[in-house]
Amino acid sequence: MWATPARLQAKGVIGMNRRNIRYIGRYNDRRLYPLVDDKLQTKLLAKRHGITTPDLIGTVSTQFDVKHVVEIVKDAPGFVIKPAKGSGGKGILVVERQQDGGYIKPSGARIERVDLERHVSNILSGLYSLGGTPDVAVIESLIAFDEVFAAYTYEGVPDIRVIIFRGYPVMAMMRLSTAASDGKANLHQGAVGVGLDITTGAALRGVQFNRPREDHPDTGHGLASLYVPGWDALLHLAASCYEMTGLGYLGTDMVLDRHHGPMLLELNARPGLAIQMANGEGLRRRLDLIEKQAETRSVEARVAFAQRHFAREGELASSA
Amino acid sequence: MSRVPFYLLVGALLVIGIVLTIFRHFHYDVPFMPGEQRQIWEVEAQVNFDADNGPVRVDLALPTNQPGFRLLTENTASSGYGLSYLRDDNARHAQWAIRQANGPQQLYYSAQFLVTKGEEAFLAAPPALQQDIAWARPYDTAAREVIDQAHTRSADAFTFTRELIKEFTDQRQGENARLLLSQYERPVLLTRLLNQANVHARIVNGLTLEDGRRRQALTSWLQVFENDKWVLINPRTGEQGKPKNLLLWEAQGNAVLEVQGGSDSHVSFSMLRHNEPASVAVRNQFADDTLLNFSIHSLPIEEQALFKTILLIPIGALVVVLLRVLVGLETSGTFMPVLIALAFIQTTLITGLVGFLLVVAVGLVIRSYLSRLNLLLVARVSAVIITVIAIISLFSVMAYRFGLNAGLTITFFPMIILSWTIERMSILWEEEGPREVLKQGFGSLLTAVLAYLAMNNPWVRHITFNFLGVQLILMAMILLLGNYTGYRLLELRRFQPLAKDD
Repeated sequence: MWATPARLQAKGVIGMNRRNIRYIGRYNDRRLYPLVDDKLQTKLLAKRHGITTPDLIGTVSTQFDVKHVVEIVKDAPGFVIKPAKGSGGKGILVVERQQDGGYIKPSGARIERVDLERHVSNILSGLYSLGGTPDVAVIESLIAFDEVFAAYTYEGVPDIRVIIFRGYPVMAMMRLSTAASDGKANLHQGAVGVGLDITTGAALRGVQFNRPREDHPDTGHGLASLYVPGWDALLHLAASCYEMTGLGYLGTDMVLDRHHGPMLLELNARPGLAIQMANGEGLRRRLDLIEKQAETRSVEARVAFAQRHFAREGELASSA
Repeated sequence: MSRVPFYLLVGALLVIGIVLTIFRHFHYDVPFMPGEQRQIWEVEAQVNFDADNGPVRVDLALPTNQPGFRLLTENTASSGYGLSYLRDDNARHAQWAIRQANGPQQLYYSAQFLVTKGEEAFLAAPPALQQDIAWARPYDTAAREVIDQAHTRSADAFTFTRELIKEFTDQRQGENARLLLSQYERPVLLTRLLNQANVHARIVNGLTLEDGRRRQALTSWLQVFENDKWVLINPRTGEQGKPKNLLLWEAQGNAVLEVQGGSDSHVSFSMLRHNEPASVAVRNQFADDTLLNFSIHSLPIEEQALFKTILLIPIGALVVVLLRVLVGLETSGTFMPVLIALAFIQTTLITGLVGFLLVVAVGLVIRSYLSRLNLLLVARVSAVIITVIAIISLFSVMAYRFGLNAGLTITFFPMIILSWTIERMSILWEEEGPREVLKQGFGSLLTAVLAYLAMNNPWVRHITFNFLGVQLILMAMILLLGNYTGYRLLELRRFQPLAKDD
């Protein structure tokens, strides 16, 4: 039921206090937070640095413009509307396709034009943003997520979280939405977290509600066969976010698009610690090793360094 | 980045705090324990009036030694006024005078009373009976009937008074009583009736002493005489005898405050209890205020009473820091529990808990309706504030109707904070479900209760109020806790699967 502090220490597990003081407090300049807390800013910044993100269809920033939403999305088959300053996946509306003037959500539910406009209006009035401040609605094109993941997810898009420390990818996991998590990718709500090997992008182990899991609870598909194609490209993309933002301790959320390959969804300056649970390993040892690296390296060198040092064997029985 | 300056700062705070504390203990003989002491009440009367641009004379009745209280020292503050203490018969009063004054004026009188054990009643000459009591037309019969009724049900002057008061209390209030009350104030009416029935009685004014109270007024009491004895009777309830914490301010039936050359005059009282070692109490501690004797006690009493609460807040903050940094408890709003704990101090724990749960629960129900209206945030929270005020008013009235006076203390809750709590809980409910609301609600209440227990502890109250150095020690502790990178207690459970051997 309870672990002793000495035991956790020996396993290199990092707690909230240590994360806040030693990593976020020391390596993340508060001045830089707006770059990642505002998704629109992140997007524009990423564009300038040549980092792929989902296509921006348009933005709505005044209640007056709410009426024009329909025109903005007219030519897009599927699209996503999200608040620029939302957190924890709040206020994200996904429309898979348009049909006879209505909009179909991934669950098959149909919403009308008024529902769409009300959602945008709610975003603008700050319903989903931190502290309720007025916000901007960002409309981007729908991600056509890679078919290889279809068997591992329920409704939502599986995303890949990579922790980037001083530019080095240190730990990665994939978050699979489940019926229990209501299509959301938050681990504490019941999504499955799958630790990924930094070297190969193959699944290491899975957890749901802090307990080991060998398969996806809804599709029943074994997790052992899960791996991320184009893993090196994805790590390069994630690692280059360090140069882009200047934040030393960074959580990057990536998706794999069928046509465009790895894409940056959003960045997080205060990434959570659940990734340790998904990997069954503490972050401490890896972070300590990176802290010892004095020389500045290129993105390629950093990724190669991480892949050389953080290799691991999977714990899942490869039955599938 | 060197941490040396940080540890120097913490060390300096600790050393200064401890030195100040020890110095105060040994040099000023302030004990570390609140027990074994003499209680001293400091009472301050503040006279306010508007001067009419001419000569002004102010007479304020002053208290004398009496059973239970001994006058230690007294002083006044009144810029530009001449002052003399006058004594006639048993009464004392202070007389301020000035040739020319205009605008709002403030005069202060403060006195220290030592709480004594003496119970013996002092002798007082009964006042003369008021002879020419005249009643207007319908009131005379009413008065006579009320007197007759009380007379048949009583044996002597004291029981007669009690019965008379019963006639005017809520349950038995008859038509006659209501008629009389419509014309006369209760204490005045009662003395008139008593005098008419040949009972010697008069109105005296007393001050109910409660620690840390400000802007209090005097209350009227009936002093009823028979033969050589007298007793004090509460004109509101008919209870006989002097409450222990009642200081008779004016015991001769005279006016408390008379102002000539001014208008709109009133007097209000603030009071404070503190414990002093017996030796200091006798010495009256008029030591010169040097910088080293830096103490809250040198402030006016009204501010001292305020500080008694303010100095407890760091204790509450420390509890919050401990629970969040060392335990990892989630609360709704970081320091909301401290404010709730402060309210608990006024309401007592059980009443406070029940009141808090009632207000938040009803607030959540109403807030769930508001969320369907799709309002802007500021408007919505404002609506919740008004709702909270309505709930609190409703509960107060209901509690009073059902005779639960404890329910009235619900007004001590910080309403704006409660509204934000409801708003946050409601959003949490919509986004994360009721489980998370219960978790955070429980965390907040647990924090509030622990903060309350710490802040309401007599020893903690004694230490924080008497030793300012302790504040520096608290500061140093909180700074050190802000530097803690170890695990939180609840993380030992969260990360438990990681500790297993593979």
